Amino acid sequence: MRPGLILSWALIVLVALWALVPGVFTGYDPIAGIPAEKLRAPGPGHLFGTDAVGRDLFARVVHGAVNSLSGAFVAVAVGLVLGTLLGLVAGSVRGALDEIVMRVVDVLLSVPGLLLALTVIILLGPGTVNVAVAVGVGSVASFARLARSEVVRVRRTDYVEAAFGSGGRFAAVLWRHVLPNSLVPVVALAALQFGVAILAISTLGFLGYGAEPPTPEWGLLISEGRNYLATAWWLTTLPGTVVVAVVLAASRISRSIGREDG
Amino acid sequence: MSLLEVHDLTVSYTRRGRWGRPHARPAVHGVSFAVEPGEVVAVVGESGSGKTTTAQAVIGLLPPNGRLDGGRILLGGTDIAGWSQRRLQAVRGAQIGLVPQDPANSLNPVKPVGVQIGEALRIHRRGDRRTITRRVVELLERVGLPDPEVRARQYPHELSGGMRQRVLIAIAVALAPRLIIADEPTSALDVTVQKRILDLIDDLRAESGTAVLLVTHDLGVAADRSDRMVVMKDGRIEERGATRAVLGAPQAAYTARLLRDAPALRAPRFLSTEVTEAVEAVEAVEVPEAAGAARAAAATGATGPTGPTGTGAVCEPPEPAVVVHDLVKEYRAGGRPFRAVDGVSFEVPRGTTHALVGESGSGKTTTARMVMRLAEPTSGSVAIGGAETAGLRGARLRALRRDVQLVYQNPYGSLDPRQSIADIVEEPLRNFGLGDRPARRERVRELLDRVALPAAVLGRRARELSGGQRQRVAIARALAPGPRVVVLDEAVSALDVSVQAQILDLLGELQRDLGLTYLFISHDLAVVRQISHTVSVMSKGRIVETGTTRQLFENPGHAYTRALLAAVPGTAHRPAGQDGTAHRLPAREGAARRLAGQEAGR
Repeated sequence: MRPGLILSWALIVLVALWALVPGVFTGYDPIAGIPAEKLRAPGPGHLFGTDAVGRDLFARVVHGAVNSLSGAFVAVAVGLVLGTLLGLVAGSVRGALDEIVMRVVDVLLSVPGLLLALTVIILLGPGTVNVAVAVGVGSVASFARLARSEVVRVRRTDYVEAAFGSGGRFAAVLWRHVLPNSLVPVVALAALQFGVAILAISTLGFLGYGAEPPTPEWGLLISEGRNYLATAWWLTTLPGTVVVAVVLAASRISRSIGREDG
Repeated sequence: MSLLEVHDLTVSYTRRGRWGRPHARPAVHGVSFAVEPGEVVAVVGESGSGKTTTAQAVIGLLPPNGRLDGGRILLGGTDIAGWSQRRLQAVRGAQIGLVPQDPANSLNPVKPVGVQIGEALRIHRRGDRRTITRRVVELLERVGLPDPEVRARQYPHELSGGMRQRVLIAIAVALAPRLIIADEPTSALDVTVQKRILDLIDDLRAESGTAVLLVTHDLGVAADRSDRMVVMKDGRIEERGATRAVLGAPQAAYTARLLRDAPALRAPRFLSTEVTEAVEAVEAVEVPEAAGAARAAAATGATGPTGPTGTGAVCEPPEPAVVVHDLVKEYRAGGRPFRAVDGVSFEVPRGTTHALVGESGSGKTTTARMVMRLAEPTSGSVAIGGAETAGLRGARLRALRRDVQLVYQNPYGSLDPRQSIADIVEEPLRNFGLGDRPARRERVRELLDRVALPAAVLGRRARELSGGQRQRVAIARALAPGPRVVVLDEAVSALDVSVQAQILDLLGELQRDLGLTYLFISHDLAVVRQISHTVSVMSKGRIVETGTTRQLFENPGHAYTRALLAAVPGTAHRPAGQDGTAHRLPAREGAARRLAGQEAGR
């Protein structure tokens, strides 16, 4: 284990704990502020400082983790499940079905991710879950493409042929041999996509399509802090740093997954 | 003074453990040997013996995690061990040439071969562009490539494996080094090509007095081509000495075992069952054509198993286990049809082994896959146990799979890396719904016992097993559904000789005990000779000769068969009269020339 990897895992665990038991990390209320303590700079009392209505920023980041992380989870789950399924079917059946699925994937890949997510949100309407689904749909194409390439590779191996040779039925062979052996790079992409999803959800939150204020959500926090950029740098910089750190950690972990079996 | 003296060479590899802590694993311990000018020294050993590491250490090309821990490497009296890569660059190419193992991956695919040969000359500043171009053509001609000017402009993918290996040799000899290190120079090549490449190395040596350090796993090659040999095992030298002396009277027990196991050198008696005797009684001495072969094979089936016992019996002759009739497989390559398999017919009597022998591209594997119905024949028919396999689908096709099982060449690729051994062997039982779970587990234990694997491997993954153990697992899986026919596609080709011998023994034992019929696909005549009752020789999609093994080896009818037999390494040292095979036939020269023409025409 490299130190960078240990640090990455530690950070992800910490953020996950923020989402699960925020009360352990901060005693402040993330919604109700104390007007007398507004716009305090980071210090011993308020680790990340306070915002314009006197709310503790650290408390808002900690309580915001659950919104941002669960959104990212949903997004990755949607992309992973749908994408892998499409890739598995396309890569193992081949022929016309493969062509059709892959051309649709090509079209999806040619549309910028954020634009695609915005389109889906306009169809579904704003909201935390809808944003997550929208981001997930945007990543289906890359999951499908990667899964298919792996499935095509595994499908050609001797052990898959041997499985058919020993009387395996199509679905059983896919489930028992093709899927498990195709998954490693897909899981690595999922870890990477987790970081990307946090970023995308934060972006959509920043643009105002996600959670409604005063819900603490990382993207929304940065957006709200924008008005005070000149006077209170911490309102944008510190939540931004948290997002960047989590995305980097996810990407580092993703790299290690890719390497383990490759 | 020796050209190369290696004293007490010790090399280790560093690996990262589970928690990233590096630990050194020694690969070569205290190896010493010498190479005199103009002689061939063979370094022989099985995989993992450290023979390649030794060669890499001599030329200073250890992989990044390899480290020279100690010892001296004296090249013409100068110790080059511990020299920087920069200093070694002056030595490599100029004083030591290297012929790498794999001709497919050792040339740069985006540069013409002429440029790659010229590179060696350019790096060492031997002449201007014009001289280099001329010298490249000379070199290509020297290594026996026809039309050298044309070849120089061709890219590696336009050349066959044998031609690429010639190009690599041209690179190695470009600067007329005093020593050539040839690391398994022919392991990836067909046997007739191998012979011509080794002949070429011999010629070059005879002409320019270059010494050769020949690294090989093939005792036959070492026996034929070396003056002295070094036998390595687990990073240590087991034995060294003059080749003739080592082969004649091995001192180390390990060498003796290697010699016993090497199929090319052990020349056992032919499998002489009642079946083959009966076949010989009816069969014509020479069967030149495929149609005749089929007729002869039909006769085999009719008289085979009943022949000796069923005298005067009026009962129906039993069906042969496998009947292949006029099988054709056509591929479309660039619009024009290409026949990979062209009218192949043969029969395999029940309980015997039929070998399909041929070089790469002869269509033997495609034939096997069509017998398995893993590939669809373009035309022709296959019958297993009397039942036609054409057009079988769904449940009936799966029923066929119970009867016919396949063992693959590469035991590293044919076992699912994510399954435990127990799951792998149990899989066919699950697929065919044979027995409930406890019964299946019991059968898996039985099967592992059958192939002589301990029950301890049940929970392990394939990667934790050795190559031989994996192949045993593959055989156990093939036996699981109780097949009558097992197709062995180069099933022992990827294994070390001692493991190969064990697997062949196991296969023979299983055949006797379970009455299995084998279709044995191989390029290795020495192995075929050991295991099969009848043989078909394939070339370019056709069967050129069929017969009993004894007949084919003792009295080959077709020129191609003779060329194949003559090319088997190790024949030079086999005691005369032991097998009676006339290996050095005058006709082989003509056949070899014709084959050379085919190679060039590719």
